[in-house]
Amino acid sequence: MNPEIGHYALVLSLAVAILMTAIPIWGARTGDAALMRVGSTLALVLAGFVGLSFATLVVAYVQSDFSVLNVVENSHSAKPLLYRITGTWGNHEGSMLLWVLVLAIFAALVALFGGNLPARLKANVLGVQGAVAVAFLLFILLTSNPFIRVVPPPAEGQDLNPILQDIGLAIHPPLLYLGYVGFSITFAFAVAALIEGRIDAAWARWVRPWALTAWAFLTLGIAMGSYWAYYELGWGGWWFWDPVENASLMPWFAGTALIHSAVVMEKRDALKVWTVLLAILAFSLSLLGTFLVRSGVLTSVHAFATDPSRGVFILAILVFFIGGSLALYALRAPMLRQGGLFAPVSREGALVLNNLLLTAAAAAVLVGTLYPLALEAYNGAKITVGPPYFNLTVGALMLPVAFAMPFGPLLAWKRGDLAGAAQRLMAAFGAAIVIAALAAYAQGGGPLLAPFGMGLAAFVVIGAVAEVTERAGFGRVPRATAFARLRGLPRSVFGAALAHAGVGVCLFGIIAETSWNAERITGVKVGGRFEVGGYELTLDRLEPRNGPNYRDLAGVFTIRRGGVDIGTIESSKRLFTARNMPTTESGIRTFGFSQLYVSLGDELPGGGVGVRAYWKPYVTLIWIGSIIMALGGALSLSDRRLRVGAPKPAKKPKPAAEPKVVAAE
Amino acid sequence: MTRKKRRLLVISGAAAVLALSAGLVLFALNDTIVFFRTPSEIAAEGTRPGTRLRLGGLVKDGSVQHTDGTHVRFVITDHGADMSVAYVGLLPDLFREGQGVIAEGVIAPDGSFAADSVLAKHDETYMPKEVADALKKQGVWKEGEATQ
Repeated sequence: MNPEIGHYALVLSLAVAILMTAIPIWGARTGDAALMRVGSTLALVLAGFVGLSFATLVVAYVQSDFSVLNVVENSHSAKPLLYRITGTWGNHEGSMLLWVLVLAIFAALVALFGGNLPARLKANVLGVQGAVAVAFLLFILLTSNPFIRVVPPPAEGQDLNPILQDIGLAIHPPLLYLGYVGFSITFAFAVAALIEGRIDAAWARWVRPWALTAWAFLTLGIAMGSYWAYYELGWGGWWFWDPVENASLMPWFAGTALIHSAVVMEKRDALKVWTVLLAILAFSLSLLGTFLVRSGVLTSVHAFATDPSRGVFILAILVFFIGGSLALYALRAPMLRQGGLFAPVSREGALVLNNLLLTAAAAAVLVGTLYPLALEAYNGAKITVGPPYFNLTVGALMLPVAFAMPFGPLLAWKRGDLAGAAQRLMAAFGAAIVIAALAAYAQGGGPLLAPFGMGLAAFVVIGAVAEVTERAGFGRVPRATAFARLRGLPRSVFGAALAHAGVGVCLFGIIAETSWNAERITGVKVGGRFEVGGYELTLDRLEPRNGPNYRDLAGVFTIRRGGVDIGTIESSKRLFTARNMPTTESGIRTFGFSQLYVSLGDELPGGGVGVRAYWKPYVTLIWIGSIIMALGGALSLSDRRLRVGAPKPAKKPKPAAEPKVVAAE
Repeated sequence: MTRKKRRLLVISGAAAVLALSAGLVLFALNDTIVFFRTPSEIAAEGTRPGTRLRLGGLVKDGSVQHTDGTHVRFVITDHGADMSVAYVGLLPDLFREGQGVIAEGVIAPDGSFAADSVLAKHDETYMPKEVADALKKQGVWKEGEATQ
């Protein structure tokens, strides 16, 4: 396909996006139903054009069309097909195009599945989404056009950064963008509601599925990025508090707060002003993340080659959307009337606490990420805010969240019974103490973080189970009745419990890995052996190999435990010839939930190689827990009351749909 | 409880949580930030031993010595001053003589630098931003110039 088609489709997309911004909003203002309906059509057309443009770029990559500058700079004909495809978004221009594609897809989804939305709200939502698309399409066309040609075309490309030649690039950025950009819909809903000046519980019901979708994808995206960095960078770390990781974590905190506060708004008509603000903040933080990644103002593992004009452009977009939406918010928020009253100890109160702590965590990460920038602008001092800061602040804010998590769902709306909830959590608490004691015994002295953290994690997991069994009434009503009630519980209850359990599982992994990991850095010759975490490794051989676009030096190790041979593990040092760039391919073996991790260093003078080996107990639980969280989100989404297109609940009687565990008053 | 009282209770609870977290942030910032320095700046300021720093510059040509397996010594230079660095561990993939590097660690009593982490970037033409800025100030390196 001709790259000019892609370029042309992109220009057409801009025109469509401009119409999509103007027409439906105008229609909503004048009450013209026909104009409002045009929005849906335009959204589909926009997705079509952006999709065509993106497909053209993918084809240019697959065919190694070296007349396109972007392909020359980031591809190589010897690269395997998968990496030629994923290389499309492994660079600044292509990844921005993916960003806009996801934006257009979400707008199209609203057009397709938003049939139950009031016409005016839908028109305004699509209009706002169109405005975001206009800004980013302009950005691509003016500063980051991926379709620029080179004359004469070179015979060979410069290859993709070897770090990115990995299956991770196929998974992590698309998932992350589905999360990041997914929050544009909640943002559009918030701004649309503010434009109308009307907002009610129904609004929260319409927003929740979108917020949940974006949140689930963002959770997966962050987790997959973490696992990718873990095995690819060869340092054995799974979270670095890198500015770009922080940029994805901030919208995650805000989004997590949003999906919780939206529940309060839907059920109790309270916290409206706050929920709208969170919807704006979640996307604003996503935009800020895009700015931080794309402008290169911060040193980061993710920074592509940068260009100051891009940074200024994105900053302008940032100021327009964040400033504009917040100004509109300040203007309209006082008009929103507050509903439902509640006592401090109540379901609402617990959710407010959750929101406070999550937003405080987002703010702490924001301060830590931007403080170096601010200080340098102020007095030129160059500083780094490193992991100790983030571990301390985020850790201290998340511990109470974890502790309060099992209590929240057991409290009644309006006024809860804390003592009652605590009583029902006795079993979970007892189990947590047992786990903590076991952990302390296994550790045999040392800091108390591990036993405490593991006990807390167990409390969260068992507390999540307790919530479901409590709702079904196990132990209070006959077992058959309880099972019947269990089946009658709405899916969103199971979804929430599953997501909460996922948090506990993830926490367990984090605590176990941080407190109990073993590291060994050593030089070893062929035949030499060393020990890490109770495993003995012998370097059997070092063998050179050749790949399609690299040369390899692989080290093969035999693993023994208690003298018994239990397999081999291999790690290699890889030199990518096109860029003359070395990478480390770490070797990982999974035993249960734990992993043995080996990465090869340089060859040492006098023979042998440097080796870094780790024993990482329960490390996989970190990602498994995150996946469980996302699954919980998906399960909630499948609840028919939340389903986007669902008209009214089925007529089937549901006696146990919202059982009052505690009499409300 | 009256409506007003309830609201007051919720708001003051929120204010307390926010004040606590603000305090936490300030305390943590005060305690954990690490300054970036170049060898010339350290030579000029005479930073005390024991101070935690990020030291940036170029790896001086011919200065890398592997003493014993994983013990490495090398010199970081900004062409104004040199500083000797000791590090135990594996050097990153892109660590090369003549290239930009950042070492984090503390200044030892003998005036050398004991690094506990060494960073080189994932892109071979990349130079850590702090290092690039510092070298530009020294007039050693210009924008757009590859560093090999």
